[in-house]
Amino acid sequence: MELSTQKLIHTFGALADLGQEIAGRGDFTEMVRTSMHLLLGTLALRRGAVAECVESELRSVASWGVTDQIFKELSISCEEKQEFHTGQVSDFLISSSPGSSNFVNRYRQKFAQEEIALILPMIVRDEITGVVLLGRKASGEEFSPDDFETVHAMVRHIGVGIHTHRLLEQVAERAEENRRLYEELRTIYRATVRSFAAAIDAKDKYTQGHSERVGRYSEIIAREMGWSEDEVEGIQIAGYLHDVGKLVVDRDIINAPYNINAKESSELNRHPAAGYEILAPINHPYADIPLMAKYHHERLDGRGYPEGLRDEQIPIGAKIVSLADSFDAMTTDRPYRRRRSFEDVVRDLRENSGTQFDGKVVAAFARALLKEVKGESKERRITKMLGKDYLQDENVAMLLADLITDLTAVGSAARSYK
Amino acid sequence: MDKPSGLLVRSHCVGTTAVVYASDYLNKLTGERIERECRRQLNCGCRALVIDFSDTKLVNSIGISILLGIIDVAEKNGAKIAFSDVNSQTVQLFEMLGLTRHVVLAKDEREALLTLSGFETTPIVH
Ligand SMILES: [Fe+2]
Repeated sequence: MELSTQKLIHTFGALADLGQEIAGRGDFTEMVRTSMHLLLGTLALRRGAVAECVESELRSVASWGVTDQIFKELSISCEEKQEFHTGQVSDFLISSSPGSSNFVNRYRQKFAQEEIALILPMIVRDEITGVVLLGRKASGEEFSPDDFETVHAMVRHIGVGIHTHRLLEQVAERAEENRRLYEELRTIYRATVRSFAAAIDAKDKYTQGHSERVGRYSEIIAREMGWSEDEVEGIQIAGYLHDVGKLVVDRDIINAPYNINAKESSELNRHPAAGYEILAPINHPYADIPLMAKYHHERLDGRGYPEGLRDEQIPIGAKIVSLADSFDAMTTDRPYRRRRSFEDVVRDLRENSGTQFDGKVVAAFARALLKEVKGESKERRITKMLGKDYLQDENVAMLLADLITDLTAVGSAARSYK
Repeated sequence: MDKPSGLLVRSHCVGTTAVVYASDYLNKLTGERIERECRRQLNCGCRALVIDFSDTKLVNSIGISILLGIIDVAEKNGAKIAFSDVNSQTVQLFEMLGLTRHVVLAKDEREALLTLSGFETTPIVH
């Protein structure tokens, strides 16, 4: 093979590799190191280094045969950076006599000690982003005009590569910062929601902790139904806020629901729609929270309020909150009655599945509770909320298993109801 | 890029000469570890280096740069260096780029060891 052809192939191969390396999304330092080796190997330069300009400092990104110490001693002023724009390549060849570059003149001795022969700038959009230091050729020959052209092209590529990587890094940093801010906002939002829930429950002296428990039950059911973590978080919030409309209902009516007239009753029944009015203008980080509050008193048979929606018209989230709400009402003491036995509650759930409750939702809740009872789930969250004495009956597991079986069997019957 | 783990540079010592195998990863950033291995051998008292190319089909620009680093380390340590079992295409490349000004080329590892022993001041102990 002719020498010139071989040289061409060698250079061409290096340029192709350099393109690949710079376009790749690999590790930044590895990218620069590999690029540096490609540059040095193309002309068989004995040593070299790539440094970024950080204001007047030069920071080594990759070096080969050059001590990093030299960069600690180098600095470059704005005027000296300008020299690279106006000067000739020959001005940046390290020779024994002073040339026109102040930067080269200042460090001539150091460069000579490190056996640096040529300095080239990395220029991106007219800005000097760094410099490349190059050693002599292994052949001992001087740089030819062709060599200058080759190294110039490669250094330009490396400069753009470094610049692009730095931009991507900045973008990634911004994204991380945004994520952190967003997370912080969510935390604040959740804290606000919980204090909201506390305020709602405080208004009704007999239902302390009700909203919080409805939030947790809803979350447990949704998770059991295979919802994503984000959706699960959303429904927990909806549970916390489902009764927010009570904040605009007269306190006396709320505190005496067992002894109110028709007018007062319709006032109380206003709370889901009022809740919707409160929640709708808020830009929640989760979907459908206002609707879940609005429809948590709807029933599958259409006898609920405020709109008398039927089964498939009711959002699944509202069905979950509805069950959580009723379950907590049945399993907590009220001033006018004691809480119901677990057996009684299970009977109620079975009887009202398909008319008041969605059987699929009830079955999911029963499955979650059964897992706790059997010790199959890590935490016993429902059990804890119910209190340690409540599930003492040894039939609990059987009651739940039967309920699940029945609901799965009547799934088709419930559908035919529509 | 290869993961660094599990990539060991193959080498052995014959007297005060270290034989290091260039293998295929000379042409990647991982090739830097060949230079480190040479440096280690020289620090351990080796006075000469043989880089064996029997497993190396071709050498690219990265490989050239890494080999120049090895030559540099050897020269700074006053050690002689030979390349053995280099194929003809690569020999041409080394000649074109001037690497042959700094190293001895040998047919194989044996010849390289023999040649280098001529330079050695201390006798080879087998
Ligand atoms: Fe309610």
